[in-house]
Amino acid sequence: MAGYRYDYDVITQWIAPGEKVLDLGCGDGGLLRHLIDMRQVRGYGVENDPEKIIACVKNGISVIQADMNHGLTGFDDGFFDHVIMSLSLQAMHNTQGILAEMLRVGREAVVSFPNFAYWRHRQSILNGRMPVSESLPYQWFDTPNVRFFTIDDFKALCGKCGIAIRKRLAFDEGRLIVDEPNFLASVAVYRLGRD
Amino acid sequence: MTEPQIEPQSVGVVAPATARFGEALHLRGGGRLDSYELVYETYGELNAARSNAVLVCHALSGSHHVAGRYAGEEADSGWWDNLVGPGKPLDTRKFFVIGVNNLGGCNGSTGPCSPNPATGRPWGADFPFVTVEDWVDTQARLADELGIDSFAAVIGGSLGGMQALSWTLQYPRRVRHAAVIASSPKLSAQNIAFNEVARQAILTDPDFHGGHFYEYGVVPERGLRLARMVGHITYLSDDAMGEKFGRSLCHGKAVYSYGTEFEIESYLRYQGDKFARQFDANTYLLTTKALDYYDPAFAHDGDLIAALAAAQARFLVVAFTTDWRFAPARSREIVYALAHNGCDVSYAEIDCAAGHDSFLLDDPQYHAVLSAWFDRIEV
Repeated sequence: MAGYRYDYDVITQWIAPGEKVLDLGCGDGGLLRHLIDMRQVRGYGVENDPEKIIACVKNGISVIQADMNHGLTGFDDGFFDHVIMSLSLQAMHNTQGILAEMLRVGREAVVSFPNFAYWRHRQSILNGRMPVSESLPYQWFDTPNVRFFTIDDFKALCGKCGIAIRKRLAFDEGRLIVDEPNFLASVAVYRLGRD
Repeated sequence: MTEPQIEPQSVGVVAPATARFGEALHLRGGGRLDSYELVYETYGELNAARSNAVLVCHALSGSHHVAGRYAGEEADSGWWDNLVGPGKPLDTRKFFVIGVNNLGGCNGSTGPCSPNPATGRPWGADFPFVTVEDWVDTQARLADELGIDSFAAVIGGSLGGMQALSWTLQYPRRVRHAAVIASSPKLSAQNIAFNEVARQAILTDPDFHGGHFYEYGVVPERGLRLARMVGHITYLSDDAMGEKFGRSLCHGKAVYSYGTEFEIESYLRYQGDKFARQFDANTYLLTTKALDYYDPAFAHDGDLIAALAAAQARFLVVAFTTDWRFAPARSREIVYALAHNGCDVSYAEIDCAAGHDSFLLDDPQYHAVLSAWFDRIEV
């Protein structure tokens, strides 16, 4: 998603040169292009939007057209160093299945998502309307998002699923948030591993 | 004389050429040809660096006539004319495109209709078995002849896709990009079963004469017809057939006869008749066997990842959602095996209703993907 380059920068810091990387919901391949240029990764994207497949091919990105909700069964265990899902987890139905698959085919997973408990979102709800913001830019009736959750919710799910949170960074429109992230951050980025 | 009306994006009027090879060819099925000819066509210009050549591999009933029209036959264009031409996805202003009739074919290359040097009579059923790998070897010799050390790309659909894939394994340094479309790493039992029905239709036709029907002045038309009818059923999806023909009746009502009553019967008979008049029965048999035998993983205990380890090309794999002959799952096997070898590979699954035949159509998404892919190829 354009406009979230700070998300790219954080992810890039966590990727070592030459890694094998899988980007789920890779869009036009912008993040993979960034990682190829900055980290010389061997990168593959998974995407299911026909327009974005064309965009990836135009950008010279290896992209595989597939529905992520049906898993990553074609990939062997531990094939990738990092499996990334940037701002797409909220659009997946099978949240736990996807996370399990990411940590099956990847040594680590990198996940970012919009924090539904961000204070502006809370304010919107208190005013009686679903939030529309930079991190949740869609109207309720045409959003691709199907799961609305918070930083605290995600932490609880990781605990329940035996997923180790190796690192978590939170941001409010590009600014790093250290205190009260569940209230003050609009987006969170995680490095996840297997317990 | 009026100029023939040819669309601006056509390669125009084309003519085939013939290459002769005098060096013996040892075939994987055990046969040997001391000499042979390949008929081919080219479109566009080979650049000075000889780096812009693209080989188009044909499927079961295709030929070297990929694009353009023959003088005097302006109504009929090449079988992939919607792909190849100036301004088309495989743009002949950038690429030098080659189509070749495979060995064992019936469109001019040495095949069962050609004279057997040992007897002076047509080879017929004595023509040696050829495999996908043999075809690739002969295509490589043609490339040598044309001064092409490495192809910018090799592309093919269906059986043609198998040749494109095989190129990347047999000559990994001679193919920089490969497009494997509506294809499969090997046939399923069901695929082989359909081929066997088609072969039995030909082999049991009384006019087949053990493959030497040429000497009897007949053609096993009934067998070829049935073979093609079975084939056509597998090329179309149930939906496409329903959409195109449904249960429409030729006479508007049932007349209780074994003549053509339903439109689908009329279509199959028409396709069967047309094919039986122009295709060689022995070529059909040989080609379906080449399909059946193709299985690069066989020599690796069925391990496709190991089989594709030699590949170095950048790949595009395309499948069609309604293709049940070579379903998307078969293409995905290729994609994941390539990815596990660290190859560059993109995979597009095109939502097109036409079944296996989709690869010959100009679906907008399909052609947009191909255009984007060819545009990025540096020559």
